[in-house]
Amino acid sequence: MSSETPNQEENESTGASLAKDVAGGAKSAPEDSAGAANPKVDGRELIRFDRVTKRFGDNVVLDDLEFRVDSGKHVTLIGPSGSGKTTILRLLMTLLKPDEGTITVGGEYLTHEEKNGKLVPAGEKHIREVRKNIGMVFQQFNLFPNMKVLRNITEAPVNVLGLSKEEADTRARDLLELVGLTEHMDKYPSQLSGGQQQRVAIARALAMRPQVLLLDEVTSALDPELVAGVLDVLRDIAHTTDITMLCVTHEMSFARDISDDVLMFNEGKVIESGSPDKMFNDPDHPRTREFLGAVL
Amino acid sequence: MTSALFTSWFLPGVWITIQITLLSALLALVVAFVVGLARTSEVWIVRFVAGCYFEVFRGTSALVLMLWLAFAFPLMFGWQFVPMASGIVALGLTYGAYGSEIVRGALQAVPPAQREAGIALSFTKMQRLRKIEIPQAWPEMIPPFNNLLIELLKGTALVSTIAVADMTFAANISRLASNESAPAYTLLLLSYFVIAFVLTRGMRLLERRAKAGVGQKPESSGWLRRRLKPGAANDFARSQGAGGLG
Repeated sequence: MSSETPNQEENESTGASLAKDVAGGAKSAPEDSAGAANPKVDGRELIRFDRVTKRFGDNVVLDDLEFRVDSGKHVTLIGPSGSGKTTILRLLMTLLKPDEGTITVGGEYLTHEEKNGKLVPAGEKHIREVRKNIGMVFQQFNLFPNMKVLRNITEAPVNVLGLSKEEADTRARDLLELVGLTEHMDKYPSQLSGGQQQRVAIARALAMRPQVLLLDEVTSALDPELVAGVLDVLRDIAHTTDITMLCVTHEMSFARDISDDVLMFNEGKVIESGSPDKMFNDPDHPRTREFLGAVL
Repeated sequence: MTSALFTSWFLPGVWITIQITLLSALLALVVAFVVGLARTSEVWIVRFVAGCYFEVFRGTSALVLMLWLAFAFPLMFGWQFVPMASGIVALGLTYGAYGSEIVRGALQAVPPAQREAGIALSFTKMQRLRKIEIPQAWPEMIPPFNNLLIELLKGTALVSTIAVADMTFAANISRLASNESAPAYTLLLLSYFVIAFVLTRGMRLLERRAKAGVGQKPESSGWLRRRLKPGAANDFARSQGAGGLG
């Protein structure tokens, strides 16, 4: 099923409903009481960057950055390399810490805590708690080579979320079916192709049922003929679940396909944002036009 | 060497040598992991203390430490080890210090991306270490551990100086009793070699197992097998394909 893109209108097809079940809740429908009861998936602000600055030495990668992502939205970050796109994802995943400013996820400070009315750097435990809402897929897959495919997926749900082995197994099998790799679950990552590894990595991230999925150039390390399979799986997930996606990619057609918003980065700032239609067809900023002219 | 000397001194000596080797290797392994992990700690005081341990025990002689434990320690603290225990402790602590460097190096060789993947899945630091970093570092530790184990085996001859009746002690006794140096020392030399060879084979097996456990193709088992079975190198891939191994 990974080989075909499910039609958005027909999202009751088996593939689509499967993706709903396994990838964290159905698209919020009015009658979906579970979705409505959860304020985090009702389309309100989920991620906020408040005056975030990040430097590497003298190099200012993010400069006083402000932006927000609403729950359930799919946002694509585009821009030349070195413009700070990946840094945003790494900040959200707490692989980096901001030098200035704050990041909130679902109303909670990510790397800060409020103590006696003051904002202080958060402890490891607080960060871990907030981080559980965030999943990430890396450019280089980063599967654990010492675990077989199934265990790559079940390890974190069992040890971090406290699921039973059986629950985690069921969840992992469903996800492997979603990404079309059921028959490979007893293999080691080294025995899979890059595209297969990346699909396992997607399943592994989804097994934690995160609210936000961060996709960091997930097809850049793949052979060209393997890219489509991975993108199909992601389209499937984007169209059939209400997971929030933050995506750095050079696959512009994919970005156009799944995005609600496209953010153009240049030199650590968002210089323009808008719907994919607007951004790809009629951008305002000359730098955006120049960049898209070069990559499209 | 008479057969009486051989059976009543040398054979028990072999057994003592093997016991000391294995027990001090076990102690060294524990020390190596504890100190090696502590040396990668983010807490500076832990790193500092572990670093001190490493420097002190690397910089002192195992022989002198053994003599100190056997003869100075009882005078200073009014309590004494069984001689064999002094030997095991001295060897274990000294070789553990060397081993800690192996543990530290192998852990640092695990790609940072693996740590990041662990963070992205919200594992705690301990979980990352236990489930991701140590299992991946382990196969890389085995070859240098093998070297160290052989060094340790040969180092056990030092216990003969504190009157533990190991192989070397027994060979000396035989030499003095029979007044024949050549057979005693030749046998001794060969005995160390045979034990070392067996240990090396065992470690190679362990290494192959460990590599299979992280999905790596193990190195071919040697020229003989390659000669006899030209396709041997592909065995692993094939058996993996059939779901046979691992």
